[in-house]
Amino acid sequence: MKAINLFKPHISIQKLNVFYEGRHVLKDITLDVPEKRITAIIGPSGCGKTTLLKSINRLTDMVDGVKVSGRILVDDINVFDNGVDVINIRKKMGFIAQVPNPLPMSIYDNVAYGPRIHGVKDKGKLGQIVEHCLQTAGLWNEVKNRLTEPASKLSAGQQQRLCLARALAVEPEVLLCDEPTSALDPISAGHIEGQLLALKEDYTIVFVTHVLRQARRLADYVIFLYLGELIEHGPAETIFNQPSDPRTKAYVEGVFG
Amino acid sequence: MDRRKLEENFFKVLMIMSTFIILGGLLSVLIMVLLRGAPALSISMLTQTPKGGYYLGKEGGILNAIVGSLYLAGGATVIAFIISLPTALYLNEYASRSKLASFTRQSLDVLWSIPSIIFGVFGFTIMVYVGMRASLLGGIVALTLLEIPIMIRAMDEVMKMVPLKLKEASYALGATKLETTLNVITRQALPGVVLAILLALGRAIGDAASVLFTAGYSDNIPSSLFDPVASLPLAVFFQLGTPFPEVQQRAYASGFILLVMVLSLSIASRLLTKRFMRYVIK
Repeated sequence: MKAINLFKPHISIQKLNVFYEGRHVLKDITLDVPEKRITAIIGPSGCGKTTLLKSINRLTDMVDGVKVSGRILVDDINVFDNGVDVINIRKKMGFIAQVPNPLPMSIYDNVAYGPRIHGVKDKGKLGQIVEHCLQTAGLWNEVKNRLTEPASKLSAGQQQRLCLARALAVEPEVLLCDEPTSALDPISAGHIEGQLLALKEDYTIVFVTHVLRQARRLADYVIFLYLGELIEHGPAETIFNQPSDPRTKAYVEGVFG
Repeated sequence: MDRRKLEENFFKVLMIMSTFIILGGLLSVLIMVLLRGAPALSISMLTQTPKGGYYLGKEGGILNAIVGSLYLAGGATVIAFIISLPTALYLNEYASRSKLASFTRQSLDVLWSIPSIIFGVFGFTIMVYVGMRASLLGGIVALTLLEIPIMIRAMDEVMKMVPLKLKEASYALGATKLETTLNVITRQALPGVVLAILLALGRAIGDAASVLFTAGYSDNIPSSLFDPVASLPLAVFFQLGTPFPEVQQRAYASGFILLVMVLSLSIASRLLTKRFMRYVIK
C-alpha cells in the first residue's frame, strides 16, 4: 500500500516501439516513471537503455532513419503528438550526456545559453540564474572567479557539473542522465552522484547506468531492459532483492552483463 | 635488421624527403621573388601610380594595382562570404543527406577545378550582353564566382567536423535549428570558416585570368564600380612582358608585395578571431 503512494507517476510510457532503419531496438515498452524519485534504467550494452532515455525528450529525432510508435505522456501531453512543440518538451527535461559536452563558449554563457534562447534578456536576472544553477550543481566556488574562461578549460568532472548547471538553468521538471559518470574519475563521479541525490527532492530523475552498484546506491525505482524488451520494473528494493524474472535475477547477481 | 624495421625506416625517410622537397620548392620561389624584386622595391612603388613611361622604366609605382587588387578581392570575398556561409550551413544542418546536398557538393567540386579564365569569359559574356565595359564590378563578379566553390566546400568540410554531441547539447536545451546553427555550429567551426575565407581570398587576389577581360586594366585608381581597374597579378604579367630588365624587376617586386599582403591579411584575421577561437571545444 505504501509503495503506491511513494511512486506517483510522472512520465507514462505506453507501448513504445523504436526502430532504427528497420532494426527493432525497443519492443512494446509500457511503464510509469515515478515523480521526484531517481529511476535507474539498467541492462547489458545494446539493450536500448539510451534509446529509451532519449525517446523521452525526443533526442531520438536526431538519428537518421528512426521510427517511433506508441506514446510517452509527460504531464498528460504525448511527446510524439504531431501538434506538440518539441522545444517545450525539451525545455521541461534537462539532459546530461555520457561524455561532458560543454558548448564552445564561456562558463557563464554555457549556463546562460538556455535561459537566453527561452527569452531571458535581463542581465541581472541571467546573472542570478547562472549563480544559482552553478551553486546547485556544486560548481560555483570553483568557477566564480573565472566565469569568462572557456568551458573547455575545466576538468572533465567540472564540465559534467557545468552541464548539470546548464540543464537546470531552463527550469526543467525532469532530469535525464545518460551514464553521467562513466567518463569521470571516481571522485568526480561521487560529486555527480551526490548532486543527483540532493536534486531528487525537486526533480524527477531518470538515469541510465551499466554499473549495478551505482544503481543500488542511487535508485528508488529500477527498469531492467534486455535486448530491447522490458523484462521487469519496480521499486529498487524489489528488483535487487526479490526479482521475479530469472533474467533479472541473473543480471543483478552479475551472472552476465 | 629485420624487415619490418627496415620498412618503417624506409617510409619515414621517404616522408621526410617529400616534406623537404615541397618546403624547398616553395622557399626557393619566395627567395627568387625577393632576390629579383628587392632592388626595385621602393616607397614610391607603394605610394605612386604609374607615371608616363613607367613601362619603359621611368618613374612611378603600382599603387593602382595594389588598391585595385584589394578592391577586387575584398569585394569578391565579402560577397562570396555572404553567399557561402548560409549555403554551407544549409548543406550541413538542414539538407545534410539529401540529394540536393550531394548534387550541390558535386557541382561545387567540379566548379573548383574549372580554369579561372572560364569564369572571366563567362563574366565577360554577361557584361557584353548587358552592355557593360570592363570594370571593378565585372571583376568582382568574376572573382566571386571563382571564390564561391572554394569557400563553400572548405566551410562545408569543417562544419562536418562539428561533433554531434554539441548539437545534441543545444537541442536538449530546447534550442531551434537556427539557434543551434548560429550559436553553436558557427562558433565551433569559426577557425575553419576563417581559413576558408583566407583560402578563397588568396586564390582571388592572385588570379590573373578571371580579371583579364572583366576588370581590364588602368593606370588610375578607380573612382566608381564602373571604372576599369588594375590588379597585381596583371601588373606582374604586363611588367614581365616588357623587354626592359628594370621593369621586369618591378614585376618581381610586385609579386613580393602581393605575397606580403596575403600574409598580413592572414595574420591579421587570425589575431582578430583569436578571442573567439579560445572557446572552441577540442
